[in-house]
Amino acid sequence: MTGDLSDDKAPAIIALESASKTYDEGRSPVLENVTLSVPERQFLAIVGPSGSGKTTLLRLINRLTDPSSGTVHVDGKDVRGVDPIMLRRHIGYVFQGVGLFPHMTVAENIAITPRLLGYDRRRLAARVDELLELVRLERASYRDRFPHQLSGGERQRIGVARAIAANPHIVLMDEPFGALDPLTREALSDDYRRLHDTLGLTTVMITHDMLEAVLLADRIAVLREGRLVAQGTPPSLMREEHDPFVKALMQTPHRYAERLSALMASQ
Amino acid sequence: MFSQFDERIAEAFARLPDYLGGHVLVSMTALALGMAISVPLALLAFRRQALRQVLLGIASIVQTIPGLALLALFYPLLLAISALTEKVFGFAFSALGFLPSVLALALYSMLPVLRNTITGLAGIAPAVREAATGVGMTRRQSLVEVELPLALPVIMGGIRTSAVWVIGTATLSTPIGQTSLGNYIFAGLQTQNWVFVLFGCVVAAMLALVVDQLLSQMEIGVSTRRRSRIVLGAAGLVLIGAGALVPTLRAGVATYTVGAKTFSEQYILAALLQQRLDANGLPADRRDGLGSSVIFNALAANEIDVYVDYSGTIWANQMNRTDVKPRAEVLREVATWLREQYGVTMLGGLGFENAYALAMPRERAEALGIRTIADFAQRAGTMSIAGDYEFFSRPEWKALQAAYALDFASERQMQAEFMYQAAAAGDVDVIAAFTSDGRLAQYDMVTLKDPKHALPPYDAIVLVAPQRAQNKAFLDALRPLIGAINVQLMREANLRSIVGAEGASSESVARWLWEEIVRRKKPASRARSLDDVNKNAARDAALRFAGGR
Repeated sequence: MTGDLSDDKAPAIIALESASKTYDEGRSPVLENVTLSVPERQFLAIVGPSGSGKTTLLRLINRLTDPSSGTVHVDGKDVRGVDPIMLRRHIGYVFQGVGLFPHMTVAENIAITPRLLGYDRRRLAARVDELLELVRLERASYRDRFPHQLSGGERQRIGVARAIAANPHIVLMDEPFGALDPLTREALSDDYRRLHDTLGLTTVMITHDMLEAVLLADRIAVLREGRLVAQGTPPSLMREEHDPFVKALMQTPHRYAERLSALMASQ
Repeated sequence: MFSQFDERIAEAFARLPDYLGGHVLVSMTALALGMAISVPLALLAFRRQALRQVLLGIASIVQTIPGLALLALFYPLLLAISALTEKVFGFAFSALGFLPSVLALALYSMLPVLRNTITGLAGIAPAVREAATGVGMTRRQSLVEVELPLALPVIMGGIRTSAVWVIGTATLSTPIGQTSLGNYIFAGLQTQNWVFVLFGCVVAAMLALVVDQLLSQMEIGVSTRRRSRIVLGAAGLVLIGAGALVPTLRAGVATYTVGAKTFSEQYILAALLQQRLDANGLPADRRDGLGSSVIFNALAANEIDVYVDYSGTIWANQMNRTDVKPRAEVLREVATWLREQYGVTMLGGLGFENAYALAMPRERAEALGIRTIADFAQRAGTMSIAGDYEFFSRPEWKALQAAYALDFASERQMQAEFMYQAAAAGDVDVIAAFTSDGRLAQYDMVTLKDPKHALPPYDAIVLVAPQRAQNKAFLDALRPLIGAINVQLMREANLRSIVGAEGASSESVARWLWEEIVRRKKPASRARSLDDVNKNAARDAALRFAGGR
């Protein structure tokens, strides 16, 4: 593998060791022998075709599912020895297709995890206002709305606010911006990257959009048919990768750029 | 016409607090119990395929049992359980009225709640459940904070359906001794008081609509976060429940209970017994409309204190006797048997029989020259007979068939009230009538003689519960009624309570009956009483004719 930046300088905060996940007693492997570590404060993008095991990999980290073999360590501890409920409350999760609860207001949605952790009422209210500000929504007008009264972009901002509400240092994101229009998407992803940096988060994000992965992430991991086929910084992967699949995948932003400039030149 | 209508409406309204109160109590308790069982069961079952199917299967089967049968089945069941607890733990509970009604109705209410709760929870998108887990909720928190609120509209739909079902079906709890709006319907059907029947139906429907609307307000309130709606709905339900308790609490003074079966003569006699007890400072209330086998068991179990039964009924149904003996002998054997088997006291006969008798319109009987059952036995193959719901399954009918080799072209079951009209209109040829029925006179019918004595005697007898056997004041209060009512007097009383006469309430007929009894006991006033009767010459003539046997 090329460009392995699992730089041993920073300690790995998430570490998968030979993790496999199979269903039907081993007949249908979803993840095969994945070893991956994420250092503190890194922004890791996981890319790969549909069905390559991206979501399963993410779910292993907060024990929404457990590996069939291999181990998962978070904060240096084997997650099998950690109470899954407490683990999940300390890891932010932004769900594919938002995942806000339709019967709860914006404020209640945001406050869920802190509330489960026992924050008192006043602290909760203050935290909600703070978070609405962080995700750039005007608190007075959004606090008491219901999810169905919001636009897709607004909903996903709430989704992000909810994920970081209990001050987690790890955030997992499953195609968070996939369903948004391009302008919203750009604004939101930039805003999130800013939050990642200022709050000192460690982020693992699944995306289908190679451009997003290249521009946003510190490091990219490529999954194919349940296997980790490459990982590295965006520039190193684009330059040095020899595997034809990974190469083709990493070249997509380039190809678009070339076609775009050709188009502009011809006119 | 209008004054009679007004009078019936006024009487219906006078009984409303009691009947509506009983109805609300029994249906709300049943609904609450049903929900308390169904919702947890649904929570347990919605993720377990096998359990879910078993539960829904059982609930569906329960639903197919007719409401009346389900209610009726609970009475003997509870009676047996009560006997068991008395034997094992030394305490018994009342198997009559409230308890069996609540249990049967609760069972009846389960299917919609169970089904909708399961459907509602199963219909929640897996992504929502995953999100709840992902944000760190425990299984229980996910259920309480996310899944149940989201399934609430579907669950409430089930609760509302079952509320309407229960309120409707609760009208059927009258025959097992629970006062309900069904008392209007059962009594009204017996006395052809259609105002009562309609009144009972309309009030039950209105109650169902109101409760449905209140539940709907609560549902809207919960899902739109409008506290005012929730408060409105809850307050309405609490108000209805509290209002229902008022007549029950007020009626808490009665210490004696008089039972009545489901026909108008029984209502009159129960009212008479009650009035006699009240007049002697023994406060009594009534359990009207009890089923024929329910009422005897209730008396034996001391759940009611007194009622009027008929010697032939005890003879055939309780003693399982098929032989026919003379009137006096039957009375004697019945009295001995009741005392020895159940400790029940037979205070004595009232003085008339309410026996089964085959009856025909007089003109028709005369035209055909039929006077006895034997006379038309060979014609039976071309004739039709109508009886009440019990008659064709009773031993009397089998005895009659055997004695006279009767084989009718058709046997039709109908509500007793309609039999007479059907016979008068020629829709049926012969009916199984009751000898004390006022309608024999009203429709100008004759009862056919029974030369082979196939039909047992049916003396009206006052039966007293074991616990009152030594209660002198109680027995003395009722003793003046013994031997005081002959069959003409009873027919007249029965006729007064049905359409064509004043359609008077059973209470007012009972008061009239008592006045007659007192008057007839004084020889000097007997003539005056006959004068009164003679005022209605046509009816009186009919009465005399029908009473001729």
